[in-house]
Amino acid sequence: MDATLKKGLERFALEIRIGVLEQMKARGFGHVGGSLSITDALAVLYGSQMRVDPKNPCWAERDKLVCSKGHAGPAVYAALALKGYFPYEMLKTLNQPGTSLPSHCDRNKTPGVDMTTGSLGQGTSLACGMALGEKLRGHDARVFLVVGDGEANEGQVWEALMFAAAKKLSNLVLLLDVNGKQLDGCTKDILDTLDLHAKVEAFGFDTVSIDGNDIELVYNALERTRQGGDKPYAIVLNTVKGKGIAAVEQAKSNHSMAVSTDQWNEWLLSLTAQLD
Amino acid sequence: MELIYDGSMDSRLFKDILGKTIRELSEQDSDFIYLDADLMSCIGTGAWACENPDRGINCGISESNMIGVACGLAATGFKPMVHTFGPFASRRVFDQVFLSAGYAKNDITVIGTDPGVTATFNGGTHMPFEDVALYRTIPTATVIDITDVPMLISVLKQCKDLPGVKYIRVGRKNAAKMFADGTETPIGPAITLREGKDIAIFACGIMVHEAMQAANKLAEQGIDAAVVNFFTIKPLDAEAVKKYARQCGNVVVAENHSRIGGLYSAVCETLARENTAKIDVVAVNDEYGEVGPQDYLQKRFGLTAEHIVETAQALLK
Repeated sequence: MDATLKKGLERFALEIRIGVLEQMKARGFGHVGGSLSITDALAVLYGSQMRVDPKNPCWAERDKLVCSKGHAGPAVYAALALKGYFPYEMLKTLNQPGTSLPSHCDRNKTPGVDMTTGSLGQGTSLACGMALGEKLRGHDARVFLVVGDGEANEGQVWEALMFAAAKKLSNLVLLLDVNGKQLDGCTKDILDTLDLHAKVEAFGFDTVSIDGNDIELVYNALERTRQGGDKPYAIVLNTVKGKGIAAVEQAKSNHSMAVSTDQWNEWLLSLTAQLD
Repeated sequence: MELIYDGSMDSRLFKDILGKTIRELSEQDSDFIYLDADLMSCIGTGAWACENPDRGINCGISESNMIGVACGLAATGFKPMVHTFGPFASRRVFDQVFLSAGYAKNDITVIGTDPGVTATFNGGTHMPFEDVALYRTIPTATVIDITDVPMLISVLKQCKDLPGVKYIRVGRKNAAKMFADGTETPIGPAITLREGKDIAIFACGIMVHEAMQAANKLAEQGIDAAVVNFFTIKPLDAEAVKKYARQCGNVVVAENHSRIGGLYSAVCETLARENTAKIDVVAVNDEYGEVGPQDYLQKRFGLTAEHIVETAQALLK
């Protein structure tokens, strides 16, 4: 991987993290853990992989992202704002009355958001339909699908994976954010998903597992999903929930957090210090 | 609109008309796409889908996924029409239809076959008395209960291009002849089948035939009954509801559905502030379905012309 590109993507990830915290600071609370675990993957996607045009967010042949773990919306919004889909200042309207930035992704409210998600599992089927649609239209657009490991509790996820493999949707890339936690605690304690790599592979996906917070590994894994074939791709991202803010990483319950403005400021400061 | 009702049954089966119309819609519009959940053989689309795998998608027995896939296809510009049996097209996929289609504004048409007692030998597990109630709660959804063959063809053609969530409930067997072939039934307006001044019978689906028979029997007793076909349950033709309530002062609603949440509820909601008519209902009570032939089930659940006559007589006393 080119060193300059790597440095640029690492900085982009840092800026997304800052954007996530800016949104939550303005409202005082938010789904911080799952937004920070997927941040590095979003930085690589929007920074180097996805064929998109921020000036033309509805361009039919663009690559599309379905963030099926819709509560990671703030991470998507930060990436989109930094890409220029809408003014950065808008991030401070997260969950304010009448906002274009609701907790969960909404394609009808936010420029650049490709699909509405929030009821876990549903984004998987939507992404399959979009990938199938692109294929039927003869477009070479690809669909990137972000699913959480807690979300993998939902039966619909597995219906959709079966469909993707059966219909040979090689333009679909599943990014499974395995941060090990869900709302009530650790996934292994709530409903143990066991070996997700083996499961996804058994469902017919070309599957790799990597450290999902390592920009270079995520970049390399995504690069190899460009080779077509007759299988959909899966990248199991082993991540840390709350990645980037030590106190959030270590918090027992970090799915959604409400802390003081001073606390958000302190965390923001720790991130902005790394920008230089 | 030419009414040809004489009480006789159409020899054509709804399932054959469904399959034929779906094939024709696909030939006419390259954006049209049809999805099924392993029930293609039930409406005669299987062989065609094998020859046209790009426009006839068998999703297997996974209805929730099918709805999501259809919505994803809608997001890429297709006009999806999905089919499965009524209970699976409503109860089983309600959250997917509500959010992935309705809330997310992915426009799809859902066909639920074998509504209410027409599920006959598949029995209680397959007998939706609540599908209309569920779909009515989806904001701006279109909900339709089919009466006859020309209506089915007309409604399918309209739904292909209509925005929003559209739900069509229709049996797979045959029904009484109602309208002449080629009749267009625009979605929305109720259709007056018979004028009357003493009592109005509002009906949809298979109960329209029962309502017409009931009106004939009431006429023999000197009771002049109007029959109005409310095949579009949502958006309900509120003006027609109010007009006949005022005109007749007595209303019987007849539907192959639970009395909770269907056409009867919609009519009551419309008339609650009017205080213009006495209303009663011929519909399924608060209970589950069961197995049996349709004539048995119509008697068992109180869905016959006789039940309409008795209810009308009681209202007029």
